[in-house]
Amino acid sequence: MTYKPGSIAIVGAAESTDLGKLPDISQLQLHADAALNAMADCGLRPADIDGIATAREAPTELAHYLGIVPKWVDGTSVGGCSFMIHVRHACAAIEAGLCNTVLITHGESGRSQIGRPVQGVGPSTQEGQFQMPYGPLGPPTMFTIPVLRYLKTYGVGIEKVANVGVVQRKWAGFHPRASFRDPITIDDVLNSRMIAWPFRLLMCCLVTDGGGALILTRADRASSFPTKPVYIQGIGESVETSLISQMEDFTSSRAFRVAGRTAFENAGITHRDVDHLMIYDAFAHLPIYGLEDLGFCGRGEAGDFIWDGNTAPGATGSNALPLNTNGGGLSYMHSGMYGMYALQESVRQMRGASPAQVEGAELSVCHGVGGMFAASGTVVMSNRPA
Amino acid sequence: MSDYQKWIPVPTPETRHFWDGCREGRLLLQRCGDTGRAYFPPRPFSPYTGSRNVSVFEASGQGALYSYVINHRPARGFDAPYAIAIVQLPEGVRMMTNIVECEQTPEALELDMPLEVCFEKIDDDISLPLWRPAHG
Repeated sequence: MTYKPGSIAIVGAAESTDLGKLPDISQLQLHADAALNAMADCGLRPADIDGIATAREAPTELAHYLGIVPKWVDGTSVGGCSFMIHVRHACAAIEAGLCNTVLITHGESGRSQIGRPVQGVGPSTQEGQFQMPYGPLGPPTMFTIPVLRYLKTYGVGIEKVANVGVVQRKWAGFHPRASFRDPITIDDVLNSRMIAWPFRLLMCCLVTDGGGALILTRADRASSFPTKPVYIQGIGESVETSLISQMEDFTSSRAFRVAGRTAFENAGITHRDVDHLMIYDAFAHLPIYGLEDLGFCGRGEAGDFIWDGNTAPGATGSNALPLNTNGGGLSYMHSGMYGMYALQESVRQMRGASPAQVEGAELSVCHGVGGMFAASGTVVMSNRPA
Repeated sequence: MSDYQKWIPVPTPETRHFWDGCREGRLLLQRCGDTGRAYFPPRPFSPYTGSRNVSVFEASGQGALYSYVINHRPARGFDAPYAIAIVQLPEGVRMMTNIVECEQTPEALELDMPLEVCFEKIDDDISLPLWRPAHG
């Protein structure tokens, strides 16, 4: 038995009231602010929610803080794609009758660090023994480490990676809430401050504060809500390794391939059916890996696909594939666990409500990464019932 | 060596043999008894089959530069810019490392260049495996 496409719908969706540098709100309240906005979006109160999922913070903390009495909880916390995976688990739970209405929350004071739990690596963990002694300084020095091997394997130049941010900035220009909206050039990217060669500042995500929340219920209940329902058509998830040094193939993510294939097969779609695509971009190489691992492009070809303008605003023709239409983690916002914001943009596109609306879009694929190629979740959604 | 400012690993019972080997200047890997395939990091069973039929063996100490970044931001104990690298061992495993006795530049750090293991003594218990350009 697999998930029945279209049987569950997103009926409530919202981001936190503000995004950006927010020193006057805690991480927990960012979750709650987004959750209250999502409930207001679809006319629900906490008493109407009977399932809750969240990451990093325990669902226990959120349930009590929001005054929710859940019959189902999910604390899957595998990084920024946790929310895609929550969608999958929520669909299964609702379909199985374990609960009726699930709230998924994200909040993160990534920049201001207000009310943020202490994070750290122990010296006797695998990472502490076999990676930390060599001086990695977080994701900019680890998520990026496979890229030189990719570039050499396929003979791709770094300008193809730099271009990802240039194209996404064009999309960000449509969004009043995007952090960075002014156009940039490849020279701007290649002349920005060196962070970890070959990665420069404008190839790395920004770091901001914010939150987001989703509310899911059975599709047959969706018509009783004021919002346009967004139907979940297929979902996939996987994990590979928490050690970037141990990923199987430095030119491809196994977790991406497994999650993506599972979601596409579940939805019964082909790549030609996809009108809109989100690929979590903590760094500029991720859309390249994602396009290839999801099967939109052949190996080594995604940089050229983007270079040729197929993912940019105004692209036409059979190859047109609007990608990261909020500007992505490189331009829109990135709190640390960005996956929720990718989901929000997919929902906006399916509702016909994105400031960068893709005309006539009926099917969106939202693909997330967790950790550093450690985990993945893929959600296929549509504004048409199954 | 109290002036050592970098991160010092702490072994677990499952990794103790690896760090004991490093202290003796030997790079120890493990091999799955069912498939004959080597694996890393250490664990007392095969990640390929789940079998506990595994053995410890000494690696050749040879390798090749597989991928890397050169970090430009300040890091405790390091003089930036410095490379954080992945070495590919002929035994079939990869590990993170720093490349020593080599300029930390894209020109000097050529992918697939041959490397050999060496060890930096941190204290009486821990010596850290590092890699340097192979002297042939």
